[in-house]
Amino acid sequence: MAADGAWIGRSLRRVEDPRHLTGTASFVDDIRRPGVLALAFTRSAQAAARVAGLETEAARGTDGVRAVLTAADLGDVEPLVPRLDRPDFVAVELPLLARDRVRHVGEPLAMVVADTPHAAEDGAERVVVDYEPGRAVSSIEAAVADDAPRVHDGGNVLLDTAFHDDPALDELLEDAALVLEESFASARLSAVPLEGRACLAEWDDRDQRLTLWTSTQVPHLVRTTVAALLRLPEHRLRVIAPDVGGGFGQKCVVAREEALTCIAARRLGAPVKWVEDRQESLVAGFQGHEQRFHIRAGFDDEGRLLGLAADILCDVGAYSTHPFTCGVEPLMAATELLGPYAVRHYRARARAVATNKSPMAPYRGVSRPQMVLAMERLLQKAAMRLDVDPVEIRRRNLILPDAFPWTGPAGLVIDRGSYHEALETCAEALDIDAFRERQSAAREDGRLLGLGLACFAERSGYGTEAFNQRKMTVTPGYETAVARMDPSGGVTVYVGTSGHGQGHLTTLAQVAADQLGVDPAQVEVRQSDTDATPYGWGTFASRSMVVGGGATKRATLALAARIRRLAAHLLEAAPEDIELREGRAVVRGSPERGLSFADVGRVAYLEAQRLPPDQDPGLECQASFDPPGTFSNATHGCVVEIDRETGAVAIERYVVVEDCGVMINPAIVEGQVRGGVAQGIAAALYEELVYTEEGQLQTASLMDYLVPTAAEIPAVEILHLETPSEFSETGAKGMGEGGTMGAPACVASAVADAVAHLGIEIDRLPIRPDDVLAALHAAERKEGSGAR
Amino acid sequence: MSELHLVAMTVNGTRHEVAVEARRTLADVLRHDLGYTGTHLGCEHGICGACTVLVDGEPTRSCLVFGVQADDADVETVEGLGSEDALNPLQEAFTAHHALQCGFCTPGFLMLATALLRENPSPTDDEIRDAMASNICRCTGYQSILAAVRAAADGEPQPG
Amino acid sequence: MKPAPFEYHRVERTEDALERLAELGDEAKILAGGQSLVPMMNFRLVRPPALVDISRIPDLRYVERDGDCLRVGALTLHREVEQLDDPALIRGYELLPRSARWVGHYPIRTRGTFGGSVAHADPSAEWCMLAVLLDATVVVSGPQGEREIPAADFFLGFFTTAMEPGELLVEVRFPRPRPHAALQEFARRHGDFAIVAAAVAVDVDGDRMTDARIVIGGVDEIPLRVTDAEAVLEGAEPGAEAFAEAGRAAGAAVEPSADIHGSAEYRKELTAVLVRRALAEAVGGEGGDGG
Repeated sequence: MAADGAWIGRSLRRVEDPRHLTGTASFVDDIRRPGVLALAFTRSAQAAARVAGLETEAARGTDGVRAVLTAADLGDVEPLVPRLDRPDFVAVELPLLARDRVRHVGEPLAMVVADTPHAAEDGAERVVVDYEPGRAVSSIEAAVADDAPRVHDGGNVLLDTAFHDDPALDELLEDAALVLEESFASARLSAVPLEGRACLAEWDDRDQRLTLWTSTQVPHLVRTTVAALLRLPEHRLRVIAPDVGGGFGQKCVVAREEALTCIAARRLGAPVKWVEDRQESLVAGFQGHEQRFHIRAGFDDEGRLLGLAADILCDVGAYSTHPFTCGVEPLMAATELLGPYAVRHYRARARAVATNKSPMAPYRGVSRPQMVLAMERLLQKAAMRLDVDPVEIRRRNLILPDAFPWTGPAGLVIDRGSYHEALETCAEALDIDAFRERQSAAREDGRLLGLGLACFAERSGYGTEAFNQRKMTVTPGYETAVARMDPSGGVTVYVGTSGHGQGHLTTLAQVAADQLGVDPAQVEVRQSDTDATPYGWGTFASRSMVVGGGATKRATLALAARIRRLAAHLLEAAPEDIELREGRAVVRGSPERGLSFADVGRVAYLEAQRLPPDQDPGLECQASFDPPGTFSNATHGCVVEIDRETGAVAIERYVVVEDCGVMINPAIVEGQVRGGVAQGIAAALYEELVYTEEGQLQTASLMDYLVPTAAEIPAVEILHLETPSEFSETGAKGMGEGGTMGAPACVASAVADAVAHLGIEIDRLPIRPDDVLAALHAAERKEGSGAR
Repeated sequence: MSELHLVAMTVNGTRHEVAVEARRTLADVLRHDLGYTGTHLGCEHGICGACTVLVDGEPTRSCLVFGVQADDADVETVEGLGSEDALNPLQEAFTAHHALQCGFCTPGFLMLATALLRENPSPTDDEIRDAMASNICRCTGYQSILAAVRAAADGEPQPG
Repeated sequence: MKPAPFEYHRVERTEDALERLAELGDEAKILAGGQSLVPMMNFRLVRPPALVDISRIPDLRYVERDGDCLRVGALTLHREVEQLDDPALIRGYELLPRSARWVGHYPIRTRGTFGGSVAHADPSAEWCMLAVLLDATVVVSGPQGEREIPAADFFLGFFTTAMEPGELLVEVRFPRPRPHAALQEFARRHGDFAIVAAAVAVDVDGDRMTDARIVIGGVDEIPLRVTDAEAVLEGAEPGAEAFAEAGRAAGAAVEPSADIHGSAEYRKELTAVLVRRALAEAVGGEGGDGG
């Protein structure tokens, strides 16, 4: 299916921009309510401790403090219990406020409500906690050790799944021409949305309703969950996500703080606002990406990957989060590890391991940055061992163009993409032959240059069935849109997705405009308010353009049909002869016979006597879409140079060849690619949440958690391919995470390429300059006299 | 409640007087006492630059200055740039080059670039990168921000 | 991340500052540019009961040449140092404006002060290193009048100086021009404090180097002079060989500790590299890059 018409495919300026450029945007902390009180949390200073006492008197007596609430004050409020409905999953309770035991530094113990944020913080630090510290579990290795302390009474493994088994694999791994056994590791990361989490809750006595403004990606899910915790009928809770300053997955789960802010507002009968500060965000915000892969893989002598067995461990922190649970990382990793490669024999064991750290939520890419790292480095190692060109080994393993839809050994179906073309295009853009010459010449001068590649498939548009297969207790797959023409002929589309930087107000209007024959400027998109929008799952997992865009297209197509029918009646023509263009309904071939949308809208609402007998008044259509899922694909390539005296890695060039099907707005696609690559480079070279053995976070500021700046991130050259999806309404495929998925592997493979001749392997992220230098020196010592 | 101090400052040409606690940063005062919520707080320790404003013409982290220190100061914030229907050339360049996504860091980058271009109307690409590397954006990967500042400096008509 | 409450006092004369400090006692802190102090207060890592804001004392903001000597008033902004370009003023001290680009970010430099940085005494801060490198005298004013403290005696440890409570840093005085001087830093990210920084100065007399001075930041509690490495350069011919040897000597001499940004061994290696690179920059010629 090709682009629909005039508006899809154009890099329109964003509707969202003017408010952000002029300071009129409204993030949660920008909302002013009369009499608002500030909420601050007293959070655990210990990673694993029994709470012997909690003394709040001093806090209550602090200037400006209105109330201090602890678990004891919450009464019978239930804990959250995120679940998967599968026998290999262990559900654990997530208390809103810890009562007698804390399981990670930053776990909330008390909430202090005061006149100002300053006074709230004064009070929060005066809550005296009597800890009886226990032994903390601060790493995967420590968690699975035989004598490991238990994070939860049931043990530290919260999910242990044998995802797929292939009895032929063992023999294959014995007999293959090349068998590699390799381990890969990636550090714990924070998504660091520039706006931390934030909530403002206000109880309205008149309507007996609660309104929660929250910096979330999933407003409807927050409403459902918080209403249940508060035992409030859902219609008496309105959740609004105002402008949201980035999420990257950290805000696609329900936070304890969202429920607690609501509880405080009800208790105090006043608006209550909690704004997470940066330290709190790094310490207590959701984290992710800390994984270990252990892989055995068999290749034939030409580099074909015949079979692979993986053991995957994910450090999920102290609790599961709702609704994805701590299963999201291991299940994703086991399901999608093979990516774009045609591997026939596969086995995976994947475990979610609890530690005394802040809980994991699905951070951009979710396991796929780690999977791509494992697969790409594996192929690179095999290429080197078998003396096969790195491009050639990928060529030999990528799913062949005539093999789509491809069904993997574990049943995952991959739809048509441009895997080979992306690889060839990227290789050509990098001019690899010329690079190899430059690389050897540089080596003669003692300089270390490397070229990296990463090919991957990016699953997007996860529908209900995908989540059902995970056995989630809620399956956030479909989307619904309502398209409405008002009496003035204006169009509003109400969607359940909840954009927060992706430009949906612009792109969904482009989709609608093409169905309705209007300028997108005449289409308003409304999102992120549970009172105004149809139930939907929000914006995460690169789903919005596929699922929400699909629902938008269906709803606006249905609306277009109704407009045609009404216009046909009024113009005394056949509906099939009416076409919609430039905001008018006209008779095909007789453009002078037509009605403006304003005329149509007026009749539909204000002159119901003129409606056809079988048509209800008004012009409003609702439609849903629930796709099976569709895969974008890309090849990333980069060139790096290592400063062999400092170990620093500089990225000289970065090329992305990507295929996300039909691009609704190419500028926005490129923005997603560049931002994703920047986060992927951050994971490759800079960012790491470092914990002590006692479970104390050592990188609790942006001085120590190194989010890169414009000085570290290179220009990204982007080339587009376009294989429209058969499984989305617009032909678009989701692509919000690809940059983050490809860049870590691409950079690692480039660094590995630069030092491969020295026998150095790069299998752990981030690649730190001190580690690089130490490896270079070790290699030099091994060689005797410096292999310059 | 600790002692209040009377602070007078001009914000985008408007004179304000406000009584504040000494510990309220200029960002707190602008945002919560005076209602200039376009200035955002992203880290409150001087790394991210979302709170960058101009104080007496100089780019300043408003999270690292107490409101009382800005007594008598001339402060410029994002609200003092062009309005929604009359964006200034720098704002135009930002939207034309897709230099913002979630928008949270945008006011800080705009004020930083405003300061740079006033002081150095024809910066080199390196000078732009060096100055813009003072702030953090988590969405864009920076390239579009650098391109927007370049275009604004060059006075190019903006596409799209 | 909101600071604990404090009393705020603004003064506009040095004498008033001293008087206030005397009244308020040892716990009061001086607020100048605040670019190091305020973040620590926002984290509540420090919680002074009172701040004395000296930023508006008009007569502490100057850079003056006095024969060979360069005098930098305590309230001179980093940005003002960066923009020094009058040759008559800055001749022989070009290292100061050249080094300013390493000081934080642009919007930090517009606010942070020279004296504030020296008084804060971060061992990898540029002005602290240059004070030691260039044999500066730190002039402090106190209840008993002014006293001059050689930079070599000024820095006592992390964020600790020879200043007494109640004293105010008013000037940093550099005694003699050192045209052959350079600063090199390594940080993983633009604008961050260096993991290791190396500052060097030498005199070049014909084909010999004399009076070498090498100071390393990030390897000790104070900006650390490495005399072993200085000795290597004394009388040596400028060139890659001598620079590399001095670097190795410096790397061998320092005893850094490890933190999350780099191991001890890594800091030693960086020391060697940065000293060599700084010497090459200071003297010109070979030996700066690559190996």
